[in-house]
Amino acid sequence: MSDSIDIINAFALLTNFVLLPALSYGSQLALGALAVTLVYAILRFSNFAQGDSMAFGTMIVILLSGFMISKDWTISGFPTAVLAIPIAIIGTSIYMLTMDRLVYRHYRRIKIKQSIVGITASIGVMFITGGIVRFILGAKPQRFSDGERFIFSVREFKAFTGLEQGIALKTSQFLTITFAILLVAFLFYFLQKTKTGKAMRAYSDNKELALLSGIDPDKVVQITWLLVAALTTIAGTLYGLDKGFSPLQYHLLLLPIFASVIVGGIGSPLGAIAGAFLVSFSEVLLTYAYKKFLIYLLPLSMHPNSLVQLIGTEYKYAISFVILVIVLLVRPTGIFKGKVIVDE
Amino acid sequence: MNNFNNIWGLYKTSISFTIMALLLLFVGFNQSWSLVLGIVNLCLISSIMALGVNIQWGYAGLFNVGIMGFAALGGVSVVLISQQPVTEAVDAGGLKMLFALVLGALTIVTGVVLNKKGFNKWLITLLVVIGYLFTRHYFSEASDVIEKVDPAISGYLGGFGLPIAFSWIVGGLAAAGAAWWIGKITLSLRTDYLAIATLGISEIIIYVIKNEDWFVRGVKNVAGLSRPVPYEVDMQKSEWLQNIVAWIHRSKFELLSQSEQVTQLSEYIRGASVVFVKLCYSGIFVTILIALIILSNLALNSPWGRKVRAIRDNEVAASAMGKNITRQHLQIFVIGSAIVGVAGALLVTYDGIFIPTTYQPLRFTFLIWVMVILGGSGNNLGSVLGAFIIWFIWIQSGSMGIWAVEMIGSFTQEGNTITEFLEARVHYLRLVFMGTILLLIMRFSPGGILPEKNKEL
Repeated sequence: MSDSIDIINAFALLTNFVLLPALSYGSQLALGALAVTLVYAILRFSNFAQGDSMAFGTMIVILLSGFMISKDWTISGFPTAVLAIPIAIIGTSIYMLTMDRLVYRHYRRIKIKQSIVGITASIGVMFITGGIVRFILGAKPQRFSDGERFIFSVREFKAFTGLEQGIALKTSQFLTITFAILLVAFLFYFLQKTKTGKAMRAYSDNKELALLSGIDPDKVVQITWLLVAALTTIAGTLYGLDKGFSPLQYHLLLLPIFASVIVGGIGSPLGAIAGAFLVSFSEVLLTYAYKKFLIYLLPLSMHPNSLVQLIGTEYKYAISFVILVIVLLVRPTGIFKGKVIVDE
Repeated sequence: MNNFNNIWGLYKTSISFTIMALLLLFVGFNQSWSLVLGIVNLCLISSIMALGVNIQWGYAGLFNVGIMGFAALGGVSVVLISQQPVTEAVDAGGLKMLFALVLGALTIVTGVVLNKKGFNKWLITLLVVIGYLFTRHYFSEASDVIEKVDPAISGYLGGFGLPIAFSWIVGGLAAAGAAWWIGKITLSLRTDYLAIATLGISEIIIYVIKNEDWFVRGVKNVAGLSRPVPYEVDMQKSEWLQNIVAWIHRSKFELLSQSEQVTQLSEYIRGASVVFVKLCYSGIFVTILIALIILSNLALNSPWGRKVRAIRDNEVAASAMGKNITRQHLQIFVIGSAIVGVAGALLVTYDGIFIPTTYQPLRFTFLIWVMVILGGSGNNLGSVLGAFIIWFIWIQSGSMGIWAVEMIGSFTQEGNTITEFLEARVHYLRLVFMGTILLLIMRFSPGGILPEKNKEL
């Protein structure tokens, strides 16, 4: 029966062009948003350097994987960039700990409005980081993915199922979703079960009380930066494998990441993940052209002439901002009630 | 040493401005006067922008990361006010576009009003979505029609054809409107939200300007804007300029033959006309800058200014005294943004061309920030000084960097890959340099070069 096949085709189309891209983009955003929310929970400021830090981590990955490819240290079919991630995390950690030592630590030690000074300082760090990345890699977009592009391609899928519309699973999408699940699971285990994780949550909840119970603030902060470095590098690399690397693009990621964090409730890890998927699905759903989808579902007489696109692709970033504004108006604390810390 | 500190303490404002002036004169004698005036004019525009940011940051501690968005609104208003209307495009799609915009506005207003009256949320959402779809339909039809009208030259609605000076005020008003809207949403919340919201809105303003070709031609730019000052070509014909140039260079001419004198003179006049036009611009900018400084200093020393400083220094105490903090912050945010909008309009007027791609939110917003913090937040003259220093460093460090690379290059062989690499990338180090300046000042001298004087409340 052609009707049921049409419906299956329509949903295959939607899976390929909406579900998978939105899932992987959402996972990338979620990792970035978790990094921002961790910094916020522990250090009490919004880290404007997040986007450029992701570019920094990705830069190390690009340089390393280039070196590894030239030495032929690769596994066939597997993206070399992923193999370079562990060393890149170490590099990014060193960079972040240095920045913390040189810039942020001073302001923690003196009594001062953390949020404003933190933002100003992180903007300074953002420019230094962005400048370094552009100096080393240049400002032009580039791709660094190698190995197999697809786990299964559209053609293989079509041959397998006999459908008119195919679904392709890109290696980068598969890796992104797997990595995100593993990393989030690890992070929640770490925060809920381990002693250090509990110390971090205590510190975030009530700094004075945590200090009284003998928690070492410097250690908490250092562990935070290590986690942030790992999240940042992995998020950056996965985004780059998926969509290519460009310093400007990474800088602009700041907007959807902030939107995710605030929508979910700033300082709440679960909220950051929920917010990220809300933002990514809205972006993809609103900018997708539904013409083909509707042609499958509607009778011939009602076929649309236009693209049936709700918002032009060029306003992708505007969507996250609009979501942000609506949430700020309706529920400023975010979906999962986040911290409502008045400036300390 | 102690003596030096005393002198610096008493006269730091005049000393630092004198040093700056000497630096500019040095460049003038060594390079060219046209170059110096170019730098000075941009310094003056940056000063006005820094003044606006200083009002927000220095007076009230409000963090605006979207300076380029407000400046871009100023730029747009220059195009909309001063360009001649494209009658053909207005006839073709003007009414339809107006209808689409009114429909869009009506949808939003209905949604907001119904929401306030407590109607069913789903009903409102449905209504807004339907309204949006209709708006979008008419909107895209109208913009298609408009963009098809002579796309190589116009392809947009044009402006109102009014004098360009009028657009400076309109630019300020447009920026103020945007600021009011953002401030209304975010100022009652935590401080970070304002920063994030301004970042978002400025990105979106610039996206809209780049992509809506029917509005201000998008990335196709609007060239040949009208000018508030005479053209160089006309100046070259004016007799008094010729006489002045001839008088200045009279000693050189005695040794030359008649024909040599004529060619020399016309060359000098060409240079002089450029300098004269730039001087006219400087005159306009200086007048506006001084007026703004006087106004804001008067405001700062008035009862209003005392209230503002009281709120900044201790919000809790001020609110206990019955001051409405949110409203005060909104007021200051709107005023500061309006000044940034004026500066944005002046910038486009000076360039004579509107290029949306030059509004790079990250780079220039940041420069203005460094200017304010370096000069001394809370001190208007400090912002001006900061603007001069930072813009001077920004411009000169570009050529200095290339010069340094060439020096390194002269020690190595021709076509060295490292030198080529450095030449292509050295200008990115300016970002690192500026970031370092910002962090160093914040850390070691939070007051800046000219710290705010402690006034008695």
